[in-house]
Order: sequence, then C-alpha cells, then structure tokens
Amino acid sequence: MAEKPIELPPELAARLKAEYVKDWRAELRRNPPVKERMKLPRQPMPQRGAGERGRDFLEVNRGLSPEAAAAEARRCLDCAKPGCVSGCPVSIDIPSFIKLVEKGEFIAAAFKIKETNALPAICGRVCPQESQCEAVCNLKKAAGVPVAIGNLERFVADYERAAGEVALPELPPPTGRKVAVIGAGPAGLTAAGELAKKGHAVTIFEALHEPGGVLIYGIPEFRLPKAILKAEVEYLRRLGVEIRYNFVAGKTAAIDDLKARGYEAFFIGTGAGLPNFMKIPGENLVGVYSANEYLTRVNLMRAYDFPAYDTPVFRAKNAAVIGGGNVAMDSVRTAKRLGAERAMIIYRRSRREMPAREEEVAHAEEEGIEFHFLTVPIRYEGDAYGRLASMTCLRMELGEPDASGRRRPVPVPGSEFTAPVDLVVVAIGQSPNPLLLETMPGLKVGKWGTIEVDPATMASSLPGVYAGGDIIRGGATVILAMGDARTAAASIDAYLKS
Amino acid sequence: MPRIIAQRRLVPNLHLIEVEAPDTARAAKPGQFVILMPDARGERIPLSIADWNAARGTVTSVFLVLGTATRKLALLKSNDEIPVFVGPLGRPTEIANFGTVVLAAGCYGIGALWPTARALRRAGNRVITVLDAKASYLVYWDDRYRRVSERLIVSSRDPGIGGGEYVAEKIKALAAAEKIDRVMAVGCTAFMRSVSEATRPAGIKTIVSLNPIMVDGTGMCGACRCTAAGKTKFACVDGPDFDGHEVDWDELFLRRKSYFDEEIQALCRWEKENLP
Repeated sequence: MAEKPIELPPELAARLKAEYVKDWRAELRRNPPVKERMKLPRQPMPQRGAGERGRDFLEVNRGLSPEAAAAEARRCLDCAKPGCVSGCPVSIDIPSFIKLVEKGEFIAAAFKIKETNALPAICGRVCPQESQCEAVCNLKKAAGVPVAIGNLERFVADYERAAGEVALPELPPPTGRKVAVIGAGPAGLTAAGELAKKGHAVTIFEALHEPGGVLIYGIPEFRLPKAILKAEVEYLRRLGVEIRYNFVAGKTAAIDDLKARGYEAFFIGTGAGLPNFMKIPGENLVGVYSANEYLTRVNLMRAYDFPAYDTPVFRAKNAAVIGGGNVAMDSVRTAKRLGAERAMIIYRRSRREMPAREEEVAHAEEEGIEFHFLTVPIRYEGDAYGRLASMTCLRMELGEPDASGRRRPVPVPGSEFTAPVDLVVVAIGQSPNPLLLETMPGLKVGKWGTIEVDPATMASSLPGVYAGGDIIRGGATVILAMGDARTAAASIDAYLKS
Repeated sequence: MPRIIAQRRLVPNLHLIEVEAPDTARAAKPGQFVILMPDARGERIPLSIADWNAARGTVTSVFLVLGTATRKLALLKSNDEIPVFVGPLGRPTEIANFGTVVLAAGCYGIGALWPTARALRRAGNRVITVLDAKASYLVYWDDRYRRVSERLIVSSRDPGIGGGEYVAEKIKALAAAEKIDRVMAVGCTAFMRSVSEATRPAGIKTIVSLNPIMVDGTGMCGACRCTAAGKTKFACVDGPDFDGHEVDWDELFLRRKSYFDEEIQALCRWEKENLP
C-alpha cells in the first residue's frame, strides 16, 4: 500500500540538494526545458507477446534499450522538491540517478542507486512503484503519466551486470566482530551486505538450500529470473558474506548457541513463512495448495520441469487462485503456464481494492486469466478419491469501509454457485513464522506474531537482537524489508562500536 | 554440502544412512526428523532420526527404498555429498516416566523409534517392545531393543513367526494381560492406524509419528497438513507426534497418495536412465 508522502528529513534533503545544485545538473535542466520534457511520451516496457510467453517461464519484460532509457530519463523534470524520493522506502536519490541515465552515464547511475539500495535489479522488477515513487512523481501531477522510475532502476542495474564484474566498494579493515543474519531473504541479504561493507564478519543462516527467501521460492522466473538473484548473492559473497544453508535457527542451533560461538549481534529476517488458510470445509482435499507450497514446488524445486526434476506439482484443467495480491497473480499465471485451460482469480472485493501491482494484473489479463471479483469460496468438494472436484462460492457486494479503509465485502443472500475446479491455490496472505521466536524467551512478540521493534533502530526487546521485513510487518513488500534491514544494519554497527 | 559417512543395507529394502551434521547431532532429540534431498534435481523428503552421535557429529536415519528419492539415496557411498540435510525438525517426543510403555515399530519405524526407546528406558519406564516385520529376515536392531526392553515380541503376518499375529493382536493381548500406560507406534500409515485402533477401546494413550508429504519442513508450505481432534495441523511443526486416536487417518492416506501417478512416472524415468 502507498506510503503517505512525507516531508523529507533535513539530512536527506541536504544530500539531495548538494547533487541538485551541481553545474551539470543545472545545465541539463535547461536543455530541453521543462515544457518540452512534459510533452514526451512514456517509453513502453518492451515485453514478450502473451501468446509466446504463456507457455514458458522466461521473463515477460525485456527491459529498456539504452536509447529508450535515455529518452525516458529526459521526461524527468529534475524537480527541486522531488516527490519520488519521499515515496521510496529506502530514499534512493532518484533524480540524481535518472539524470545520470539521461547523460548516458549508466554505471554511475547504478552506483548512485546502490548508495541506498543494494538490490536494484530486484527492486526494479518487484517494487510496487505505482503506489510508491511513481505515485508521487510530480510529472504525474502535472502531465498525468509519471516517469517510469522502476523501469529505469531495472535498466541501470541490468546494464551494470551485463557490463561485467560489478565493482566492489572499498572495504574498511575487518573489525573482527561476528554478526549472524537469520534468513537469506530480501531483508537478510540487505542487512548482510550493509554489515559486510562496515567490515564485520557476517554469516547468514538459511533454512533452505538456496538463497533468496521469497525471491527464490515465491516470485516466479517470469517475473524475477534466478540469474539476477544469483548475481546479487555472488556480489555479497565477494563482500565476504558467508551463507550457511540447511540451518534452521532455533532448531539446528539456538541463538544462545550462536552467541557461544562468538556472534555478538543478530539480525532476524525470517519473514512471513506461515501460510493462512480460510478454514472452510474441504481445504485439505488433494489439489488444494497454499500459495507457498504451490510456488515453492514450481520455483525452488523446479516442478515446472518435472520429471527432469523429481518434485511434482498438479497440472490442472480448471485452476482457481483465491486472493488478489501479487502472490495470487504469480500463482494464477503459473497455473496457466503449466497448462490450465481456465486459470481464475477469485477475489472477494472488487478490482480497485486488489493489492497486486498494476503491471502484474495487466500481464495476467493479457495472458487470458479470468478475474472473478466479489466472489468468495465457502467450501470445496472432492471426488471418491479425496481429490478436489469443485468449489462452491458466494457472490459479495461492497458494504461499509473496514479498518483498512476498503469497503467490506458482504455476502449476497442466495448467490451460492458451484464450479468445477481441479486445482485451488489459497493466496490470502501469510503470518510470521513462529519457529525461531518460540525458542527466544524474553523476545517481545506482538498480537499477530510479529517481533516488536523500535521502528527508529529495529532493535527488539533483547539486547543485540534486531529484526526487519515481514517478521516485524506481517506481510509487506521486498523494498520495505530492505529498508528495515538498512536501518537495522546501521544500528547493529553502532551497537558493536558502543 | 553435507557429507555421507555411511550408507548401507540393513535388511532387504531398508537402508541406513549416516550423515555428517554436527549441529543437528548436537541438537537432536527423540522423535525429531530431518529433511534431505539426494541430489540437485531431487525431492526434499523427511526421514525420522534413528540415532545420532554428538561427539562424532553424525546423524543416522533408516529409510525404506520406495520411490525415486530413496532409490537415489540407496546408491550413495561414504564421502558423497548431498545438497540438503537439515534438522532436527519437529517437536521432540514427550519423554517422562509413564510407567509401562509398549513400543510398536515396523519397517523404517524400528529405526525411527529407537531414540525414544532408549530415552524412555532411561526415564525409568518399563518398556515392552513389539517389532513387526513381514518376514524374520526383515527384523533389525532387535539387539538394541532387547537392551532396553523387559520383553521383546516379534509380530508378523507370516504364520511362521509368533503365530502369524499382526501387531494389533499382540497389542490387544498385552492390554488384556496387564495395565499399559502408553503406547508409541511408528511405522507406515496402515501400521500406525492399526495400533491406534487396537488401543482405542481400552483408551490407552497412543502416540504416533505422522509421515505426510513435506517440502520445507519448517511450517512454511503446509503440504503436511493433517487433521487431529478436528483441527488442521502442520505435521512438521505441530508434530510429527500426535494422539493416534485423534488423527483423521483417511485424510492422511489420501494426502500421502497425492502424487502417486507422478511418483511412478519419475521412478520409471529414473530406472530407465540409471539401471542397466
């Protein structure tokens, strides 16, 4: 959801201003003038046709060409008070990097982003820009269509990667202080990178056998190619970060055991790995998956390539995905690619309340996904073998606004109907995974199972223990997790130096 | 990557695998399991922990050679490496002095129940063990169980062994003869259900170790959902131990067979490529 644009903190405003007043920026601003810039059309993101991509898992978007990127960058008005930066959870100096793109200095642009965001190739692809930076872009207010900030971020990160080995920042001498990062997801990877850059010895403890967390098990190849994640992790490795796989913190060893091994500070980024179900009849039938299981089988375990890979997944004729977020879009588009004749989104509210990124919804529509709004399943029916055969739903209508400000869906009496389905994916959100938290007495945990932290420092109730991402938020975005991790890394650095 | 210390056949189709995993060996408790993956293209499968040696830093499991993953495992040699060996997972078995405890184990469960047998004896219980096997040459580790058991009974449907009485009849006979405070059963789903049904009339508390399909083993995916006392549980984090009288066995049977066709397909392909 959109973060409200806020007044920029003074140090950030000063940092932006120092760049803004540079001569080259001033000169660039004059030519072409604002009036002409405002007339330039937004550069479309080149993408593979829906027919071509509908049966494979290769990436949909192809990325901007250098010429298109420079042309898009020319649309940026280089505002004195840039709204975009206030919309970015990690306060990227967006005008500076875009103006470097306009000048053709793509590598310098990548460095500019990396001052505050370690994983731009990922954020450029998965951030909900339309509700963050692009939502508060001044060009959007003035001319209706914002600068394609996300597409530009993706472009410079891809350009840098394609240009060869990504340059390492100058590293300070090792401090000899050991920090444990729990979880190799977006938060953990970010925290590890930041701490390594401060000279600390960082080990990431990861439960699965590949790094990335939700980026590897959740987000499909067609939206975030694994090669990009691999490159980012390789960069961390070159920074000196060690990753221990097959390690479930709290089970394989407790936090206290790690303390005994010399780890002085901890960052917990274990995410929201506990799938929610609706608790309706028939939910345990064979053929009903949580989105986590469905996507993990396909993405992490490569079930799309069964039987070359051993892990199977159901290939359905009629697939229904329950939910309206990005995870639901990923699931339904996956089902379609795995051969479903009908792949349907079943969402209890209307289209405008759907939390998914606009681009994902558009791509889903192009690929022939059916959307059934104001519909909610109330039970699933099985065949004689306990396999899912159909679902019974109710139609809804929108009533009064609820706590989230969205109008609450209420059932329409007598609207019950049954439809044949042989695959259901429940994508109605996740809760924080309690596995580690249960083993940490004294750790303050909130009502929804999230770790309670001081939002200014990300410090938990236990000294030396910090947390960020979905384990404190319950279910948010990759970029918010990264923002938390940066804050926590700075706090951990200060803690180790105190 | 985790290294294999030993992999060998115990009895036909039942193998032992010992893996170097120092942290897991230090943390392991009776009733817990590991998730492993035999190679980079393999499936993640859960195996109960059958033994560990904290000093040596190794963990041992016993597995039935059944599908593709276990066939791959059965070909591993010492010093081979596997991409996934993670644990200990699940809640440990409750260990206390219950009084008289009957252990019922069959198939891979003979290995899986061993740490519990040892711990229950140490906790002061009077232990009676029933090992079930389809033939006399399929019994293993009976020497170990004899060390901790007051009595050791072998049950079988083979009429040549102990009168051909299946485990359920042996348990019923024991329950009729004396007071039993608790029964623990580990083996295939049908085995555990039989034991649970045998103790249900007398209301003897019966703990089973469920074996649904799992993927991550940490509560993240929900593949292992099962119903106990009318509530959906995740066997990987809420179990694997459950009260056998509360388990929805029919659902467990169906869910375990989810990928029956795919499993055969994968196995046929693997055999074609790997067997002479």
